[in-house]
Amino acid sequence: MVGIIGYGAYIPKYRIKMEEIAAVWGEEAQRIKKGLGIEEKAVPGTDEDSATMAVEAGRIALARAEIDSKKIGACYVGSESHPYAVKPTATIVAEALACGNDTMSADFEFACKAGTSAMQCCMGLVKSNMIKYALAIGSDTAQGRPGDALEYSAAAGAGAYIIGNEKGEILAEIEETVSFSSDTPDFWRRQHAEFPQHGGRFTGLPAYFKHVMGAAQALFEKTGTFARDYDYFVFHQPNGKFPREVAKMLGIEEKKLSPGLVCSRIGNTYSGASLIGLARVLDDAKPGEKIFVASFGSGAGSDAFSINVTDNIVERRKEGMTVEEFIAEKEYLTYGQYVKHRRKLKSL
Amino acid sequence: MASEALPLSWRRIPERYCLIGNSCENCKTNFFPTRKICPNCRRRGKLADKTYSGKGKVYSYSLVNVVPQGFELDAPYVLAIIELEEGPRVTAQIVDCGEKDVKIGSLVKMVFRKIKEDGDEGVIHYGFKFGLVK
Amino acid sequence: MRDVAIVGVGMSKFGEEWNRGFREIVIDAGKKALNDAKIKGEEIDGMFVGTMAAGSLIGQEHVGALIADFMGLTPIASTRVEAACASGGVAFRQGYMAIASGLHDCVVVGGAEKMTDVSTASVSDALGGAGDQEWELFMGATFPALYAFMAKRHMHEYGTTEEQMASVAVKNHYNAARNPCAQYQNEITIETVMKSKVVASPLKVFDCSPITDGAAAVVLMPLEKAKKYTEKPIKIIASAQASDVIALHSRRSLTELAATKIAAKKAFAQAKLTPKDIDVCEVHDCFTIAEIMAIEDLGFFKKGEGGKASAEGKTRLDGEIPINTSGGLKGCGHPVGATGIKQIVEIAWQLRGEANQRQVKDARIGMTHNVGGSGATCAIHILEKGF
Repeated sequence: MVGIIGYGAYIPKYRIKMEEIAAVWGEEAQRIKKGLGIEEKAVPGTDEDSATMAVEAGRIALARAEIDSKKIGACYVGSESHPYAVKPTATIVAEALACGNDTMSADFEFACKAGTSAMQCCMGLVKSNMIKYALAIGSDTAQGRPGDALEYSAAAGAGAYIIGNEKGEILAEIEETVSFSSDTPDFWRRQHAEFPQHGGRFTGLPAYFKHVMGAAQALFEKTGTFARDYDYFVFHQPNGKFPREVAKMLGIEEKKLSPGLVCSRIGNTYSGASLIGLARVLDDAKPGEKIFVASFGSGAGSDAFSINVTDNIVERRKEGMTVEEFIAEKEYLTYGQYVKHRRKLKSL
Repeated sequence: MASEALPLSWRRIPERYCLIGNSCENCKTNFFPTRKICPNCRRRGKLADKTYSGKGKVYSYSLVNVVPQGFELDAPYVLAIIELEEGPRVTAQIVDCGEKDVKIGSLVKMVFRKIKEDGDEGVIHYGFKFGLVK
Repeated sequence: MRDVAIVGVGMSKFGEEWNRGFREIVIDAGKKALNDAKIKGEEIDGMFVGTMAAGSLIGQEHVGALIADFMGLTPIASTRVEAACASGGVAFRQGYMAIASGLHDCVVVGGAEKMTDVSTASVSDALGGAGDQEWELFMGATFPALYAFMAKRHMHEYGTTEEQMASVAVKNHYNAARNPCAQYQNEITIETVMKSKVVASPLKVFDCSPITDGAAAVVLMPLEKAKKYTEKPIKIIASAQASDVIALHSRRSLTELAATKIAAKKAFAQAKLTPKDIDVCEVHDCFTIAEIMAIEDLGFFKKGEGGKASAEGKTRLDGEIPINTSGGLKGCGHPVGATGIKQIVEIAWQLRGEANQRQVKDARIGMTHNVGGSGATCAIHILEKGF
């Protein structure tokens, strides 16, 4: 048995509304909000980055897991906005969480699914008894080029998961995981480029939908389950539209989708997105319920998970801030302040 | 800016990341940052590492408008002396708040943030700051 | 121990001395002191120079030798003394001890800082070194912020107000306007202070001492010998110094400087005097709150009543205890290394009756209070009219 023994999310306090960005570029805010299904997005503080958010989410996960952080054998951090191009985020995080020097640490990058990739690796290590506990984090302070469609959605947030294999500790068993990937250049950022580029509508059908559906079908086949067997669905949420369309394709009712769909209120948190969505579901889920998760990373791939909530969840989630609490705690920025927060002022 | 004080900053990582100080087993006084000699007991002192909880309250504070080099992006910020629940006091920023949100006695807890960066290409120095507890 | 006297004093005009460098201002003050002492230079057998941050501010270390060289005093023993903003006061104490011990017979003590050759930001960083670099400055503290912490606590514990603090600046500008050597020659009002930009709340620009170029120097001799050179020797009747933990946050109280209290206690004991016996006092008002705390810690007013006393004019030239007749650090300027010596120069002038428009009537005993950093060093001297 392998599963989640602790989880935590982190969403920075600052928000910017679609109206605020649209006004700068002379766009119609209503059309953008409707098109993207996003009202506002989360923006990091001037002193926050993927490493600091990963630590904050990790600290909540640790508090919920109620374990000595020294027992964590692996710390993997997935992000497309690692603070350093060379020098791991994971060592910063492992050090701040006092995991000890015997921790296997590494950074992951797979666009928006780096966090779930890290989770799969953690499962393997724990399941094979190589280590007792493993920490997987997805954390991003995503950037969009000023004026680009991505500027409306690229947001900041993190999700952290501690994986273990003792039944008495597991709050949600990960029953199975699969991946579906192919070389699909729908979105990328070259080594020294500041902002990513993307294929516009090409990011849809051949990328997001093909891979998420591919992973979903593979998971159903592998587990012998059907969509109707799940109580909640969490998809990667680059906007509010894509996950709703996937849900339609799979015949999922809104009430199973909406608990894990937070992007309308915080934007696309990239590597954090599906993990924050899952945390949102775990904050409310009852023992015995079944959760379906499918991430998506451009380039492209999707990791799907079948998760069964256990009795332990009730006690374990008492510690730490919930996703809803993070969402509610907010302060709006003007575009000018946003430009400062995101260091888009070149002379600074 | 070159990262010239690299070893200096690196040596402080356990204290700055995890709030690890020490305590004198003889007189039971807690210290932060760590001391190599207990100022109360001197030769009789026996110092052992101690990790602080990160919980505390504001002892004094100020909204700093004119900031040192390297802190321009954070300006203005609330800087405070925090009294940790175990006793020692530390100087640190209180994040995500304005001056009116803070009072002497406000409860705070440690958060992990960037303290400063050695320019665009140098190292990033991380460490503790504090956030207001609601 | 021999009795020690001041036989000559001098200081450069404090201010933004764009056309003079470190050497020029030091030599200016040194020449004035030597002329005042009516000595040629052959008598001098030792020198101490207080300077805090020459390395950061002008890239110059080894200041002791540099000044001996340009004063034409080689090969005398010449030593730099550093104790942050108390460098001057501590250097003076070294000179005092050198004469008192009998090791030297004529010592020049100088203090100097050249601060305007670099940007304001670089000055702030250099001065920051007076605090705990790793645990205060690294966390984003500035000196105004550290004194702001004290001000906030003083307001919290004793109800001290921003207007009371402002009254300190107003009084010190008034005195400075009567001191030709002072950086500022203008009087200001409470409104000037209250409306100035906030640097670190509650401290505003006019609560803070400025960036200043300046130097000051004094000549010391054994009292017996002094009488051969001057009709107006000034006797040093107490010299005390104390230290405290360097980081402000580690102090038990933020509303007093323990180093000040301890040094003051020692000084009063040495001189066999009480605060009531002091006729005029120069205190370390790097910020207005610092003067309020100093006049309490030195025993002129009860703890918590310094703000009220200042606002009521008790520290003015015609008040109960005239404080900072020179204009203090706020009005006269604060070239950090020079400040401690300038305080001695001012008190000497007062005791010699040469302070003109700002002369305190019948001043017989004066005191200087020089603080390093946020209070981790304090040097206190009591001087007495020796004629």
